[in-house]
Amino acid sequence: MLNKTLNKKIFDKDCEQIPIRKGFGEGLVVAGEKNPQVVALCADLTESAQVLAFKEKFPNRFIEMGVAEQNLASVASGMSAMGKIPFIASYAMFSPGRNWEQIRTTICYNNRPVKIIGSHSGVSVGPDGGTHQAIEDIALTRVIPRMIVISPCDAVEAKKATIACVEVDAPVYIRLAREKTPVMTTEETLFEIGKAQIFYESENLPAGRQDHKVTIIATGALVYKALLAAKSLEAENIGSIVVNLSTIKPLDEETIINAVKRTGRVVTVEEHQIAGGMGSAVAECLSSKYPVPIEFIGVRDQFGQSGTPDELIEHYGMGEKDILKAVKKLLV
Amino acid sequence: MKDLFEEKKIKLEETANDIRESIIEMLVTAGSGHTAGPLGMADIFTVLYFHTLKHDSKNPFWEDRDRLVLSNGHICPVLYATMAYAGYFPKEELLTLRKFSSRLQGHPHRDYLSMLETSSGPLGSGLSQAVGMALADKIDIKDGQRRIYCLMSDGELDEGQSWEAVMLAGKNKLHNLVAVVDRNNIQIDGFTEDIMPLESLSDKWRAFNWHVIEIDGHNMEEIADAFEMSKTIFEKPTVIIAHTIPGKGVKEFERDYRWHGKPPSPKEAEQALKELRTLGGKIKSEHE
Repeated sequence: MLNKTLNKKIFDKDCEQIPIRKGFGEGLVVAGEKNPQVVALCADLTESAQVLAFKEKFPNRFIEMGVAEQNLASVASGMSAMGKIPFIASYAMFSPGRNWEQIRTTICYNNRPVKIIGSHSGVSVGPDGGTHQAIEDIALTRVIPRMIVISPCDAVEAKKATIACVEVDAPVYIRLAREKTPVMTTEETLFEIGKAQIFYESENLPAGRQDHKVTIIATGALVYKALLAAKSLEAENIGSIVVNLSTIKPLDEETIINAVKRTGRVVTVEEHQIAGGMGSAVAECLSSKYPVPIEFIGVRDQFGQSGTPDELIEHYGMGEKDILKAVKKLLV
Repeated sequence: MKDLFEEKKIKLEETANDIRESIIEMLVTAGSGHTAGPLGMADIFTVLYFHTLKHDSKNPFWEDRDRLVLSNGHICPVLYATMAYAGYFPKEELLTLRKFSSRLQGHPHRDYLSMLETSSGPLGSGLSQAVGMALADKIDIKDGQRRIYCLMSDGELDEGQSWEAVMLAGKNKLHNLVAVVDRNNIQIDGFTEDIMPLESLSDKWRAFNWHVIEIDGHNMEEIADAFEMSKTIFEKPTVIIAHTIPGKGVKEFERDYRWHGKPPSPKEAEQALKELRTLGGKIKSEHE
């Protein structure tokens, strides 16, 4: 059954949809109110990256950088050296894409708790095309020592992550998406950096089908597709556990292993290259601690292109039916 | 004023000479590292730590201290040596440079030596960090309380990021920021004007709304005056373009780009130390 704290209208046609990035914008204002050391830096994408509300409320704590993402990262490092808690916001393709080395050396190696906000991740960016669709950013960030990597599943969780990351004395990457996403979580849904949450667990399976079950571990907006798949699977008497893995690093190994022990199979779902992404992180953990058959949903070594978000999710094999196919492959 | 400075000047020159000797000893013991830049910048580091900077080696985390950001981390032997002479840590530790578990990493790392203002090595990002520090102080109205100094190379001005930082500092009129460019005209592959011409360098900085001061980077008085002058500029950040001789103090190493990234051999080091200890033959005995 569905996690009781989730939005009751989650499977309804009129389920509210909000871009994940909006939650960051709201969270940033709250973070700014709570802590006077919070500052925001943006590289000529203030409205799109959702920093406008913060800028209007705290004009003195907002720095317009121009189109200069390398400077964005290192200036934030310098501000943090003087006690500030800087948020740097751009599109994920440019930050941490273009400025990866500056993030590695001047933020992480230097141990500065800068918060890196990468909007417009995934192919669901849509018509802008492949140059603007970051599908490598999880790999880029999780490979850097000290970095915490968070990929919220909806706007409500993005807001919580934004507020929570101020309290962590470490560099944090928060991955956002452009498109409207169904609001799955509520104020009551637990969010803690470093903890995965079980969003769905099917009822008892009929006799004779007890071993027909799978753990689906998803991150970002595709958690919704994972929930839709779980519902379809239930109708076919296939049991599932859906884990919302919003913190990709550090990995909540305990929750993952416990969920996998109950099913013996895993499908990972992410809007990212399969190489180096969330599924890879899960596989690194399970292959040494609890090896089970695993299928990966994600982009298979390709670049994105223009299209509608739905077209692109389907084309690159990350839709509900692809999840169902992967589950069935494991059940054969 | 000149006479008042004369005594101090002699003292600074002596300290810079000692620092150069230590740099040679460090490099030959390490068996790797950079020779030209550290020797060339010894005079400027000496003036900063023994005359200009507001700092306290016994209280390295004093909040109101001036901040010194070394952008071109590869010249860290001169930073380490000057800090040791200024009392931050024992001079004996200098010979651990580049050794396993040493606080004196091959390129500066705050994890190992926490009193450093930043870790550095990859070129072109130090000025951005210094700009961030100066911006933060402006927001907190602490810009009259402490100053931010960024030491950088001319070669690293090839990096686009350097100019991103230059633009932002000019835009925000960061009068509490001073950049020092070590204009020694060499980089790894050759002379800067052959590899990637930088001239007209002072015009470039001026065009980005910086106050430009050009100095002889080996003249103690000019160095000290330039830092004092920068405090009087309220509408702009200041860049001091310091013309220096790479490898300064050892004839064999001077003005030769091949000394950018290699250490002296034991024999070359012996000769270099002899030269420094006799002030280039001006005094007869090394022990005078």
